[in-house]
Formats: sequence, structure tokens, C-alpha cells
Amino acid sequence: MLSFNILILVATLYVCFLFAVAFMADRRARRGRLGWLRSPVVYTLSLSIYTTAWTFYGAVGSAVRNGLEFLAIYLGPTLVFVGWWWFLRKLVRIGRTHRITSIADLLSSRYGKSAFLAVIVTMLAVFASTPYIALQLQSVALSFSVFAEASGGEGGPSLNTTALWVAAGLALFTILFGTRTLDSNEQHHGVVTAIAVEAVVKLVALLTVGAFVVWGVASGPADILERIAAADISVKSASGSRWVTLMVLSAAAIVCLPRMFQVTVVENSDERHLATASWAFPLYLFLMSLFVLPIAVMGLAEMPAGSNPDLYVLTLPIFHDQEALAMLAFLGGFSSATSMVIVAAIALATMVSNHVVMPVWLYFSHTSVKLSGDVRNVLMVSRRISIAAILALGYGYFRFTGGSGALASIGLIAFTGVAQVLPALLGGLFWRGATRRGAVASLLAGAFLWAYTLFLPSFEGSWLMPLSVIEHGAFGLDYLRPRALFGAAESDPLVHALIWSLGVNALIFVTVSLLTFPAPLERTQGLQFVNVFQHSSGRGAPASMAVASDDLLILAQRIVGSETAVALFRAAAREQGKSGGMPDPTREFVERLERELAGTVGAATAHAMVGQLTGGATVSVEDLLAVAEETAQIMEHSVQLEAQSRELSRTARELQRANEKLTALSIQKDSFLSQISHELRTPMTSIRSFAEILRESDDLSPEQAKRYSSIILEESIRLTRLLDEILDLSVLESKQVVMKTESGNLSAIIDRAILAATVAATPDGKRPLLIERDQSAEDMSIVCDLDRLAQVFINLISNARKYCDAEEPALRIKASRDKTMTVVDFIDNGTGIAEQHRDIVFEKFSRLTDASAAGSAGLGLAISREIMRNLGGSIELLRSSSGVAFRVAFPTAQPSAANSL
Amino acid sequence: MMRRTFWGERMGKHVLLIEDEPNIIEAISFLLQQDGWKVSTHSDSSGAVDAVLNIGPDLVILDVMLPGRSGFDVLQDLRRASQTEKLPILMLTAKGQARDRAEAMSLGASHFMTKPFSNRDMLAAVRELAT
Repeated sequence: MLSFNILILVATLYVCFLFAVAFMADRRARRGRLGWLRSPVVYTLSLSIYTTAWTFYGAVGSAVRNGLEFLAIYLGPTLVFVGWWWFLRKLVRIGRTHRITSIADLLSSRYGKSAFLAVIVTMLAVFASTPYIALQLQSVALSFSVFAEASGGEGGPSLNTTALWVAAGLALFTILFGTRTLDSNEQHHGVVTAIAVEAVVKLVALLTVGAFVVWGVASGPADILERIAAADISVKSASGSRWVTLMVLSAAAIVCLPRMFQVTVVENSDERHLATASWAFPLYLFLMSLFVLPIAVMGLAEMPAGSNPDLYVLTLPIFHDQEALAMLAFLGGFSSATSMVIVAAIALATMVSNHVVMPVWLYFSHTSVKLSGDVRNVLMVSRRISIAAILALGYGYFRFTGGSGALASIGLIAFTGVAQVLPALLGGLFWRGATRRGAVASLLAGAFLWAYTLFLPSFEGSWLMPLSVIEHGAFGLDYLRPRALFGAAESDPLVHALIWSLGVNALIFVTVSLLTFPAPLERTQGLQFVNVFQHSSGRGAPASMAVASDDLLILAQRIVGSETAVALFRAAAREQGKSGGMPDPTREFVERLERELAGTVGAATAHAMVGQLTGGATVSVEDLLAVAEETAQIMEHSVQLEAQSRELSRTARELQRANEKLTALSIQKDSFLSQISHELRTPMTSIRSFAEILRESDDLSPEQAKRYSSIILEESIRLTRLLDEILDLSVLESKQVVMKTESGNLSAIIDRAILAATVAATPDGKRPLLIERDQSAEDMSIVCDLDRLAQVFINLISNARKYCDAEEPALRIKASRDKTMTVVDFIDNGTGIAEQHRDIVFEKFSRLTDASAAGSAGLGLAISREIMRNLGGSIELLRSSSGVAFRVAFPTAQPSAANSL
Repeated sequence: MMRRTFWGERMGKHVLLIEDEPNIIEAISFLLQQDGWKVSTHSDSSGAVDAVLNIGPDLVILDVMLPGRSGFDVLQDLRRASQTEKLPILMLTAKGQARDRAEAMSLGASHFMTKPFSNRDMLAAVRELAT
């Protein structure tokens, strides 16, 4: 028979081989050449840690004891992977998006980053996993002892010693490969690869043993089937409720077990691997279960009575002296146990150090090391100590229970414990209304009920829970019996415990969630978790790998401009020692680029944009909110700028208009002054000249002297009249003039005007002006400033006298009125005013004809216009078929207004 | 259009006065004739250049503010014509702004006087320009 020493040697060599595999894989991963390490096959194989020593050895034992029940443990995960792959995809997506490190981290993160929740889950996981780890140690120790017995040597070490050595070895391996790096995404390529290798070893081992049993021991499949049908295994069918319970438990375990979460979610490098795993993992489970029944049947038939059915896989080959096969079976079981322990230790250590040790340490270290590199060291040390402590705990449990109890029942207790996480997990992923308080309350209640109804009674009486309590209930209260709460009559304690713990758990979760309101952070996180597919991409590659530098360059050019972007990329390429302008999109470079872009578009926007390209970081609701806020600030700023610039341009326009007005006024003033100067200087010239002549010429004839004197007189009168007119006009224009309000008869006013206008002699060579009027029409009473009105009439009549060029000059005066206006027309029979002059007749100094003929400054019509404006009326030049036609209009006297005056 | 010719005693030297104010025409004519100049007058801008060319005066007294074209336009035309290129021209204006003086001088006026003027200054200017 195989010597025990050779077994030790083989086991040691196998462990060394695993070390080498893990080391190589780690090195490849560190160099960025993941290649096949990231294949879906490796991912699927790593999931096989589900099949621990419990299933490798225990499934056969279970089949012997409970018939086909063991299949339920495989069916649960199969259903999840085949039917619930979309749930796993969501889990993986959330894990990758939020860089989740463990299931405790997931729940804590989902429920508003609650530290308390993380501690609860961590504690629950540690309590549930410790027996499980002990179970693995036990199985390895048992398998060693089987060989020791078989080799007949009493020199083999005791179970305890073996278990201790195994625990120490596993702790070493786990510390070495589980804490080599503190990568933010907590991926351990070395460990995963080693596990994949172990998965192959255990599958090959089980299949080989199975084949040996079918074709080597029995005589082929037909024989086996007959034996199975004959055996009483097939009739030992469990109750329906137990089947359902087992399936629910195993389905929950595949999601909730910390080590399963580790390999399924945390170690997942590409979401698409799930697609492969969804059929490949059930296939693996199928193959693992294929030969369970044959081995069980043959074991029962061949092995001596009293031998442990949990170890048939190992003892059958030994019984038949198949040393190599026994060795392979041993390695298979060893692989099952170690892979589970390693991953469980890593997962638990991550949780313990992240959620228990670190917060405590940070609380007690008051210095600012939080920002320094010290944290890494502390984290590393705490991670290593946690791993050692967890294995020590497992070993302690193994010693405490004395290696008793069937393997399978310990496994199911653990399953039920971790299943308490399920309501909070499912609710967190699919129900936005789930709250932190709901999760905490449900977890506490579920954990308590699990401990009370299943975990503590499993010791079958200890200081933790005395037998009296198990049999008669706490405090002697019958309805508090752990295995029959409130008198629930269920023979199977597992079913009883699951219904009570998970039922109450879920009920409390829903009720408390409905009754409480989520905090803002919870709400945000809940939204992101539930709607994770709406704002994340499923690209599996890490941030630094998936993005093309070209895309980053295009993005950078759009934001900071072409030159700056190219310079930035060139510098980065130089630093990386690459020729050409394109650097590798390493994490450092991407982060630096993001900072550069942040300078232009704001941190949140830059993160979102780069995140979009790299795919690794996704756009979260927080990102979007931050982007929106930045955008709003920029908008507000630009709106302000726009308003300012509108204000400025309006002011500029107003200034320009004012300036134009001033310029126009200034030009008008200049032109007016220039006109007045001319009009004043002209008569002055004659006056001065003739005055000098009169004074200095002694030989003037009396006639000449008299003539020159009268010219001087005439010009002085003209001068005075001009000054009067200018003054009059300026008063009228300044609107400071007060118009008198008096009543009179229009006809009388016209009489007065005609008299005044014709008192001067008719100009030389002109016939007197004939005036036609209809005095009956003129006979109306008017109310206005009568003198001013007369002044306008006089101006019009004397203009007609001066300028009417008809052979027989005549002026027709026509009066009429309606309710509002009284109108007086003055129409002469001359040639009229040329079209191009019509617009300027009312302008100042606009004499159209020879000044001498006019004998005035040309202010008359301008003054008339101002007078009529002041009277609330108007004067206009009508288009007439013959001659000049002016129309004077002013308000008709209102009887009431007239009476009141 | 008024054109009157007065005969004086200044060796037949001929002054053409282009001015529209009848009283001023009378004053200047009297003044120059008394001083012995032969004086012709023209009272508007149209035909003023022709009048100068026809009469061929030794001096032109030209008012700026004429009905129709301004005295400046007439001055410009006269300076462009070869016969009157160098003809002494005395500009008269009632506006008396510095701008008018500058314009007159730049257009080639020989002398510039503002209304009202003293008879002595007028005679001195005419004597200087026409001899």
C-alpha cells in the first residue's frame, strides 16, 4: 500500500505546483498580458469552488443517507445560472461599476454606504463560514487519516495535527497570493488561475473514480443502473418541502456566499464571461454529480459495514488497491477543500479588514495618515492578519466540535446563515424603495433566528445553548423551542429554520422599508443600483485597457484645442519612451488627461467624458448631477455676460443716438447762428457804408444825402424787424410762451389781418392783391389767442402780396369748420411752389426767391408754424391745381369751454 | 439780372461787383466810382463767370451768399478758367466765420473781407489788388 510519506510528498509537490501556477499567472497579469487568464473558461472553472470537499466527498454520503436529495444542491445553482443569468449580470455590472469588493461592501454601498450594515453582514459571513472552513479542514484531515490507516502505520499524525498543518499552509498560500497587491478592484489572477487548475483536478479525479467504479468494479452502465434500481437509495426520497428548501438554499448560496460573490462578481473581468458560465457551470455541476449514485451504490455494496460513506470516493480505490487512483481522488478532495478555504479566506479577510479593522483603526488614529501611504500598509497588514485569524477560527471550530457531525449538515447550516442576506440583496437590486433601516432590521432578525433555530442547536447542547433550551424552549417557554417555534410542527429542523428566519427576515425587510424613508445618499445609490444598466456600459476591460488613444486625442482636441492636446499627448508619449505622438492609455495617463480636461470643462464633466470612452468608469447619477450643476453655473455666467453685453450695446446705441442728436443740434445751431449773422450783417453793411459816406463825402447833393439817409432808416427797420422775429421764434420754439385764451369772431380777425398786411405800399411794379372772401362763412366765434392767429394770417397775406406772380394777383380766403377743427384756407392764383421746395418752406431763412423781393429774413412761415403748434392747430401747404394754398387749422371752440371762460 | 456801368477816373481800371443786395451794390458802386474806378455789377451767380469773361475786369468783388450757386462755386470756376486764373478777386461775406475765410483762401481768393466793412478798408483793398 501507498506509504503515507509518499502521500505527504505528492501533496507537497501539488501545493508547490499550485504556488508556481499562481505565481506565473500573477506575473503575467502584472505585466498586462492576461490573455487566456481572462478567458471565460477560467472564470467558469473558478466558480467550481461551489463544489467543496462537502460535495466532492459528501455528495456520496448524502446519497447513501438521503437518496437523491444531493441533487437539489446542484439544481439550485443550475437554475440560477440558466434561468437567472440576468440577475447575475446585474450583480456583476453593479460590482464592476461601483468597484464592489465584497457582499458586505455591496449591501453597505447600496444602502447609503452604511458602515453598520457592512459590519452586520461581515459578522454573519464570518459566523456562517467558520464551520464551513472547519469542515474543509476536517475533510482534508480525514482523508489523510484514511491513508494513514490504510498504510497501517500508527506513526501518522493525529487529525488535529494534520488539520493544523493544512490550516497553516493554506494561510500562507492565501496571504502570499491573496494580498500581493491592493488593487482597487481586488482581483487576484494568480489565485483564480490556481483555483481553475484545482477545478480541473477535482473534476478529473471524480470522473476517473466514477469510471473506475462503473467499468472497473461493476460491469458497465447497465449493471450500475440495475444495482441503483435495486438499492434502497431510490426509495429514500426526501419530502417536497425539503427539496424546495434545499434548492432555495443552494440557489441563495451561489449568490450570497462570500466566496461565491468573490469569484462571481469581484474576480469577474468581463461581463460576457457570464454567458459562457451560464451553460458551462451547470455542465460542470452535472459532470460532478454524474457518478455520485454509482459510487454510492458500489460503496454500499463493496465496503464493509460501518465505513464512512462520506469517504467512499477515497476508500473505494484504496479498497481495490488502486494506489494512483486513490492518490488522484485524494488530490481531488484536497483541491476542493483548499480552493474553497483560500477564496473564503480572501473574501472574509477583505470584509473584515475593510469594514471592521480599518474603521476602528482610522477612528483611533487621530493623525492625518488617512491621506498618506500608511493606509496601504495598515490595510495590507490587517488583511494578512485577518486571513490568519479566519483560518485560526476555522481550526478552532474544528477543535471545538471535535470533528463531529456529518459534513453535509454543516454545509447546509452555513447556507442558511448566508441566505439571510438574500432579501436585502434582492430588494437592493430591484426595489428602489428598499431602505437601510429595512435591511438592517431584516438582517438582524434573520441572523438571530438562524442562530436560535439552526446554528446554536447544531451543537446538540453546549454552553452556547444547553440541551434544556433545545428541548423545552428558552426560559422553559414551550413555544420558544428552537426547533418548533410557536409550536410549528415541522419535523425537519432545516426547513423549519429556513421558513422562520427567511420568512421573518423578508417580512421585516419589506415592512420597515415601506415605513421608513431613504436618506438622500441611499436614494441616489438605490437609483444607481436598480437602474445600473441605464448608466453603465458592460465593457469588461479595465479602464486603462479598453480605450484607444485616438479616441482620447479626439476628445482632448475638442475640449482644449488641437495644439494643446497634441502637445499633451506628445509629452506623455515621450515619458512612456514611445516614439511618435501616441502614448499608451495607461491608467496614469488617463487620469492625468482627465485632470487636464477638468481644468477646462470641470471635474465632473471630464470624468464623465473620459469615463464614457474608457468604459471602465461609468457615468453615475452623481456624475450627471455634477455635470448639470457645472453646466448650470456656466449657463448662468454666460447669461450674465450676455445681459451685460446687451446692456453695454444698448448704452452704446443710446450714446450714439445722443451724440448724433447733439451733432445735429450743433450743426443746426451753427447753421442758425451763421444765418442770423448773415441776416444781421447784410443791413448793417449798408447802414455802415452809407453812414460813412454821409459823414465823409462833402460834395453830396441834398437828394443823394436824403436818399442815403432813408436807406439807412429802411435797413435799421429791417434790422429791428429781424431781431423781433428771431426773438419771437426763439420764445415760441422754447414753448415758454403762454397763449392767451380769448373769444372773438373769425371774420373780424381776418379783417384786422388784411388791414395790417396791406398797410405798406404795394411793391414796385406789382398790381395790388385782390382778396376774395365769403364773410358769411367766416362769421363764427372762435376761442384762441387772437393776436397770434392774426399774426399768422398777416404773414400769409403779405407773402401772397410779395410772391404771387400772377398778372392779376388774387387771394381767396375760405373758412369752414366741423366739430373739432376750424379751417381757414389761403389760396392765391400764382404759379405755386416748385415740388422740390415744398418741404423747406417752413424752415427758417428759407427764402425761395430773391431776398430783395422778399425784404424779410424768411422767418415768417417758421414763426407761423410755431404759433399754430402752440395753439394746438397746424399750418400746411396744400397741393393745389393752381397757386399757393396754405391751410390753417385750429381747434373749434367748444361751447362749454367758451362759457367757462 | 441787373447790370449797370459807372464811369470813374482811375485810368479806366474796371471793377466787377457780383452782389445781390441792392443797397450794398449802391454803396460800393458809389464808393468806388468816387475813387475813380469804372464799376460794373452783376447780381446773381448764374452767368457770373460769363460776365467776368465778357467784361474782362481788372478786379472782381464777389459776394459769397448769392441766390443759387454760392460765391465759392463762382470763384472755383474762375480759377479754373485760364483767362481768369490770376485775376484779383476780393471775396465778401456776411457770415464772417473763420471757416469761410479759410475756404476762400484755399480756393484762390486774393483777398477776403467781412461785412460790414469800413469804406476805407474797402478802398485800400481795391487799390492794392487792382494796381
